[in-house]
Amino acid sequence: MKNTITFLAGLIFGLGLIVSGMTNPANIIGFLDIAGNWNPSLALVMVGGISITFFAFRYIANKKLTLFDEPVHLPGTTQLSKELVIGSLLFGVGWALAGFCPGPALVALGTGSKQAGIFVLAMLVGMHGHDIFYTRLFNKAH
Amino acid sequence: MLGLGASLLLLFNGKIAGISGIFAYLIKPKNIFSEGAAWRALFLIGLISAGTIYPFIAVLPPASIAASNTTLIMAGLLVGFGSRMGSGCTSGHGICGLSRLSLRSLVATVSFMMAGFVTTYLTLHAS
Repeated sequence: MKNTITFLAGLIFGLGLIVSGMTNPANIIGFLDIAGNWNPSLALVMVGGISITFFAFRYIANKKLTLFDEPVHLPGTTQLSKELVIGSLLFGVGWALAGFCPGPALVALGTGSKQAGIFVLAMLVGMHGHDIFYTRLFNKAH
Repeated sequence: MLGLGASLLLLFNGKIAGISGIFAYLIKPKNIFSEGAAWRALFLIGLISAGTIYPFIAVLPPASIAASNTTLIMAGLLVGFGSRMGSGCTSGHGICGLSRLSLRSLVATVSFMMAGFVTTYLTLHAS
């Protein structure tokens, strides 16, 4: 039951990305192009997603247990760090260059897009690169 | 639908729908047979199959990718590295993090949006 819901959660999230146009890099770049022909749809998609998820988090914050009465796993870090900012800035540059972020790229890979495949492979290398080199170099654990 | 997917995962599984984190966990060989791998794999299989199943239900919306293969590789490296360093991406920080009013996620979201605006300006208008 829980496994089915987890699969469905991924499926619905993925379908949501397709329906809202997020798997089309041209739409992402259109949103980021505030100086040009700005397309605000991504902001609306995010606000829509947040306004539903907000209530789910309110429920969880009060009850501290899932609907199956199991513990909840939320990120514990609350401190701001330079890694958070620098990492997010680098992420934003890559996001704007291709018009892909991880979720839509994986969904696009599912449609059989070769270009999404190239992006996902590079993303995999980038993630490993961070976890192996950066973490080792600065001796920081994630 | 994004909100519904993220909410289902949270309400029934108690987990955050942070795609970069889920993906990064699964690509580490030492994690493959760990206890945390199953739900992540199921969520990710669901996500990827959305792209595979959709064409059987409706016509896929057109996707136009302007980036060259070299740009795609550079972008992928940056997105991969950056999401690990910044502990999240558009789903984890942008949707889940903002939904739970996390200051870290707000800072991350503002940072990647700003970097995105500037990068897009430079690639489209400054040449």
